[in-house]
Amino acid sequence: MATAKSTRAQQTLPAASPKFDLVGGVREAGIAALIALVLAIPLLSERTVQEAGGLVLVSRWWLAFAAAGIVFAGRLALNLLQQSGRDARDGLSAVIGRNTAWLGDTSRFLAPGMLIFAVILPIFPFSDRYIMDLSVLVLTYVMLGWGLNIVVGLAGLLDLGYVAFYAVGAYAYAIIAVHFDLSFWVCMPIAGAMAALWGIILGFPVLRLRGDYLAIVTLAFGEIIRIVLLNWTDLTNGPNGISGIPRPTFFGLEFKAIGDNTFADFFGLTYSPLQRIVFLYYVILMLALLTCVVTIRLRRLPVGRAWEALREDEIACRSLGINTTNTKLTAFAIGAMFGGIAGSFFATRQGFISPESFTFIESAIILAIVVLGGLGSQVGVAIAAVVLIGGFELFRELELYRMLIFGLAMVLIMVWRPRGLIATRTPSVVLKDRKAIGADLVGEGR
Amino acid sequence: MGATWDADPILDVEHLTMRFGGLTAVDDLSFVAGRNEITALIGPNGAGKTTVFNCITGFYKPSEGRLSVRHGRGDAKEGADRLARLTMSGRRHRGRGEDAVFLLERMPENEVTAKARVARTFQNIRLFAGMTVLENLLTAQHNSLMRASGFTVGGILGLPSYYRAQAQAIEFSRQWLERIDLVDRADDAAGELPYGDQRRLEIARAMCTKPVLLCLDEPAAGLNPRESAQLNTLLRSIRDDGASILLIEHDMAVVMGISDHIVVLDYGQKISDGTPEAVREDPAVIAAYLGIADDDNAVAQGATR
Ligand SMILES: Nc1ncnc2c1ncn2[C@@H]1O[C@H](COP(=O)(O)OP(=O)(O)O)[C@@H](O)[C@H]1O
Ligand SMILES: [Mg+2]
Repeated sequence: MATAKSTRAQQTLPAASPKFDLVGGVREAGIAALIALVLAIPLLSERTVQEAGGLVLVSRWWLAFAAAGIVFAGRLALNLLQQSGRDARDGLSAVIGRNTAWLGDTSRFLAPGMLIFAVILPIFPFSDRYIMDLSVLVLTYVMLGWGLNIVVGLAGLLDLGYVAFYAVGAYAYAIIAVHFDLSFWVCMPIAGAMAALWGIILGFPVLRLRGDYLAIVTLAFGEIIRIVLLNWTDLTNGPNGISGIPRPTFFGLEFKAIGDNTFADFFGLTYSPLQRIVFLYYVILMLALLTCVVTIRLRRLPVGRAWEALREDEIACRSLGINTTNTKLTAFAIGAMFGGIAGSFFATRQGFISPESFTFIESAIILAIVVLGGLGSQVGVAIAAVVLIGGFELFRELELYRMLIFGLAMVLIMVWRPRGLIATRTPSVVLKDRKAIGADLVGEGR
Repeated sequence: MGATWDADPILDVEHLTMRFGGLTAVDDLSFVAGRNEITALIGPNGAGKTTVFNCITGFYKPSEGRLSVRHGRGDAKEGADRLARLTMSGRRHRGRGEDAVFLLERMPENEVTAKARVARTFQNIRLFAGMTVLENLLTAQHNSLMRASGFTVGGILGLPSYYRAQAQAIEFSRQWLERIDLVDRADDAAGELPYGDQRRLEIARAMCTKPVLLCLDEPAAGLNPRESAQLNTLLRSIRDDGASILLIEHDMAVVMGISDHIVVLDYGQKISDGTPEAVREDPAVIAAYLGIADDDNAVAQGATR
């Protein structure tokens, strides 16, 4: 696919003769400059200065004209560059497309490699407490990405409120564990079921919505859940959050320095806080892999095929006798369930949760992981989670510029690979030979 | 009277009216489609043919009228009784197997296909472009596969009965691919196929829902003469295998060649109904349709060149 695209782009490159509409360009630039002037006069041309006698107005009218001049020049340059700029970008994306096409082709070998690396990561010498903590965080996002991938990538339903299910899972776990003193392994499925239930509850009102409307309603749902958590003080302890959430145990053995029944005692080890972190690491690795395996299996079952068909064409789905209501609700429910399980893991790892952890930015990051990874691709989502969350940590020192770099990187990647890192789709069933399907054919849903 | 379609109808459309605001797209239309026959619904552009299809297949809720489907031949008198009782009862369908009677105007579109077993294609092809040809056909067998997978639970656990059902479904799809001559392209994306192949694939996909009545909205539109002839053969073979076909068509050659029965619409009203010979001779049809159709054909062919 990528090669076909690149040859097309290369053919058009020399053929594109720059034919500028100078008059139109100047007129457009003039209009832009006028607007800039109108805006700049109140904003720039007067300034209050503190002087001995009080505040004085200093006129700086030349600044407004300078601004208008800059806008004029800039807009004109942009106009003139637009044509050639478009070609350059096409050429660039073709080159990048060619150079990253291997990502799709080698993903079959990439996945086992990444899996083996993940399993043996704790035994590497560089795996100190910081690295392990970061890995646990990354894997949490991998799991969330895979969960959201069911809704957005497979079923094509744009969900901007995924964090709601993460929150429901975390709070369900925290409340049940604190009040009923049940172990993590009992509470986790309950939290998952609670989240799935909320997935269905959210699913019903949005069944008939598509695209932007669906995105806005799901976004609102995420906010509603957070605000309810903030205000329902009796149950959630409001903004103070819930603390003292029980830590997970290894078949009843606790990760503590001293006590009757500790992990270190039982295995005759000397206690180290790292033991608990490594344990958590394997727990989340297992949960994430469970998400992945279940998703891969679902994709090959009728329900998964119906999700993808729904993404491709909802009307055709219904004409084939598929109940699209049930199909959407199962996508919401199963996606939410994995979000809820990830939430319960988050609660047990932190030992403390508050509504602050479940803001819209979490939804945005998870969605960014899914989109960046390539809608529907498991390996792509895993890579994207590592790159995004890991990269976020890497640039921690840069503080202020971190968000800037993050945004810039996202924009660049979306320009070069608009369908994500791994954009090809693998068929769920084959008659003779498996061929990847190019991104240009695969629907995105809405 | 005495026509074959009146003796044993599979679909009975009675007083169908469809209004969009002030526009009456279909006006008190009644006709029947005979079992095991090819019935053509023809008429100039905008006559309301697609609207009739959308009413039959549940995509539109008719303003008025009754649309009934009977799965079995049965006794005409008894069938009429059962239909009357069903209409009174407020239910959507009654009986099983050969006795089953369905009221399509009461059903949502997916039930029309899943229960009443009426499948359709679209005037603008609606394939799952990013899925393979085989996946398109398997998606059409969703409901039976869903049951076989124990509504996903058994499938997740990997029960062998599901894999058997899936193998059967793949084999059924492969047979259809052979019939439409697309076996070699089974693993290609449906969106990559040439136009004519896509049209045939959409018909095969509809047939994979195992319908008793197949509704085709302009299946020959945009086909070249060779493909058009292939299509005729395919439609005849579908009929000979026991399904009934309701067909919207513009191309008079196709219609006259393969139809057993033709219904002509103009401005939402029926202006003629009978055998191809009778319709061809009908002065009302010649006045309203044939003259316009020639122009239409000229335009359509000009557009495809
Ligand atoms: N959903 C709709 N809303 C409003 N008017 C419609 C709708 N569908 C069809 N119509 C109108 O009904 C008439 C019949 O259209 P249609 O059934 O598509 O004609 P045909 O298929 O015979 O060419 C047209 O005038 C069309 O504009
Ligand atoms: Mg039409």
